[in-house]
Amino acid sequence: MTATKAPIETPSKQPPVRRPGDRIFAGTAKGSGIFILLVLAGVAAFLIGEAIPALTAPSADIPGGEGLAGYVGPLILGTLLGAVLALLVATPLAVGIALYVTYYAPRRIAAVLGYVIDLLAAIPSVVYGFWGLAVLAPALVPFHVWTAEHLGWIPFFAGPASTSGRTMLTVGLVLAVMILPIISAIAREVFSQAPALHREAALALGATRWEMIKLAVLPYGKSGVIAGAMLGLGRALGETMAVAIILSGGAGATVNLISNSNPSTIASNIALRFPEATGLGVNTLIASGLVLFLITLAVNMLARWVVNRRADFSGAN
Amino acid sequence: MKLSTKTRATTLSVALASTLALSACGASNESGTEETSGGGSTQELSGDLAGAGASSQQAAMEAWQAGFQGEYPDVNFSYDPAGSGAGREQFIAGTTAFAGSDAALDEEELAAAQERCAGGEIFQLPNYVSPIAVIFNLEGVDELNLSPQTIAGIFTGAITTWNDPAIAGDNPDATLPATAITPVHRADDSGTTDNFTDYLFQAAGDVWTAEPDGVWPLPGGEAANGTSGVVEVVTSTDGAVTYADASRAGDLGVANVAVGEEFVAPSAEAAAAVVENSPAVEGRGEYDFAIEVNRETEGSGEYPIVLVSYHIGCMQYDEEETTNNVKAFMEYVISEEGQQAAAENAGNAPISESLREQAQTAVEAIAAG
Repeated sequence: MTATKAPIETPSKQPPVRRPGDRIFAGTAKGSGIFILLVLAGVAAFLIGEAIPALTAPSADIPGGEGLAGYVGPLILGTLLGAVLALLVATPLAVGIALYVTYYAPRRIAAVLGYVIDLLAAIPSVVYGFWGLAVLAPALVPFHVWTAEHLGWIPFFAGPASTSGRTMLTVGLVLAVMILPIISAIAREVFSQAPALHREAALALGATRWEMIKLAVLPYGKSGVIAGAMLGLGRALGETMAVAIILSGGAGATVNLISNSNPSTIASNIALRFPEATGLGVNTLIASGLVLFLITLAVNMLARWVVNRRADFSGAN
Repeated sequence: MKLSTKTRATTLSVALASTLALSACGASNESGTEETSGGGSTQELSGDLAGAGASSQQAAMEAWQAGFQGEYPDVNFSYDPAGSGAGREQFIAGTTAFAGSDAALDEEELAAAQERCAGGEIFQLPNYVSPIAVIFNLEGVDELNLSPQTIAGIFTGAITTWNDPAIAGDNPDATLPATAITPVHRADDSGTTDNFTDYLFQAAGDVWTAEPDGVWPLPGGEAANGTSGVVEVVTSTDGAVTYADASRAGDLGVANVAVGEEFVAPSAEAAAAVVENSPAVEGRGEYDFAIEVNRETEGSGEYPIVLVSYHIGCMQYDEEETTNNVKAFMEYVISEEGQQAAAENAGNAPISESLREQAQTAVEAIAAG
């Protein structure tokens, strides 16, 4: 009895074996974790510290003369408008691509296609910007005219149609292309991990391939797709160079997507105005940066919440 | 054969003689300037010369830097195109020796700047003058006559098509299409916008009521980033019109602007002329040549839409080295050679002879105490 008891008790009393490698690895991992928190805290502290003069200044001193809310308001609208538009276009496309690559395409084509789509993420945003300005915007002018004529009763397409094509609509489409690889990469990953048992069971019960995807793959991948979409949204919200080059911004708050006058976005506005800004102008720009920081934070937290809520009935278990 | 050799020899000797004469002339000129500069041998300059300010001057500054450092290779020259406001701030704070600025110092800045300088006196020289052209893309039309009221109407959006009576009235000979006008303005904060809106504010009367600003003061309209951005949009859009450095017009149409009874095209001479005839800001120091550009000029051959950018510095610095460097640099900048080098690189207008003489008096007075 005692002989059998002794070997059970000893391991719990002795600490686990720790070699130097364990300590070093644990230390560096912990250090990295703390470091990223410090960086984030540093950025937040900088933004808040520099934004305070703009937050406390009388509204007449803020550029534009209508106070901080009057300055940042249209920018927030522009930022959300472009990013949401991009998300609406990119998400269905990315899910389609991911399903095709994982379940429809022959293996060889799938590998090439996946590689090509990942390549989209490697193109610098300034190149997207020039492409949007020189190619896409002029090409979309007839489309703008058509939408203004036929869909003009929707406030988003109220017109008058832009003559240059450098509109929020064009920006949304370019941003959609830019965030496509992010969403499709994550969607591809989760779809390919849909449990083989579920899939085979669905097929064995007589489901067609589409029904199998509907029953076994999509419910399983839903939270992953949402997470990918939110990552994409984060990128679209913060995209600077491409928007600064393409968008004809600077107008007040309007949801009209196809006219010459569009609200600018926070990030592109900072990029355009910072080089010549002085004094309170700089503080105002940084305050708008703080707003963008908070929006991105909110989007990420929302994504977390959605993913956690859906995880219970995703079919993953 | 023999004859031809002889002729060649004669030509050669004549050429040689004239070269010698010329170089002798040049040498005497050189010694002349050295005498007037007074502050020791100019060839031995060294140390740092830092400036900051207007990005409009950047291309010209590159040319000046190249020319200046060719002459004084030991001086460590730098110019940070941080923007006019930042340039003035840094100069006043004493972190740079001089500022480049699209706007002259205001009264408050002037007082602070005088405190920063050893002798309490500053110089402000309008050394960079650049005409701003109204550039358009209209099929079949290369040149238009526009009055300030018409330009203001186009940019406020009151005039919407190219065959509007206001435009047609000034251009009886042109065949104007009914193309819609797309006015394009700068999306970024720029001295070009500041000067263009200042012109409209002063010259267009009640058609334009927005206060001049570096950021486009009206809501709406097409906006693009930087000079290259607006030019790119105008190039690719039929019926578009913008304002930009005249040197960037390329193949696009350029408007002649109404001045008095005539229409004047943007040119280096016309730009220099309006600066020369503009009144000085009153109550300034002896070497403060800040001017109020006469936007409402009626003078013949004067083009009123110009960007004037200043060099601001001290007549005397705490360190003799800085004083000598600034003096030598300004001397080069206002010289014919320096202005020509800038014009080739930046496409701006070289300053006129009388402006040079005016600036020369200031540069000569820069001295260590």
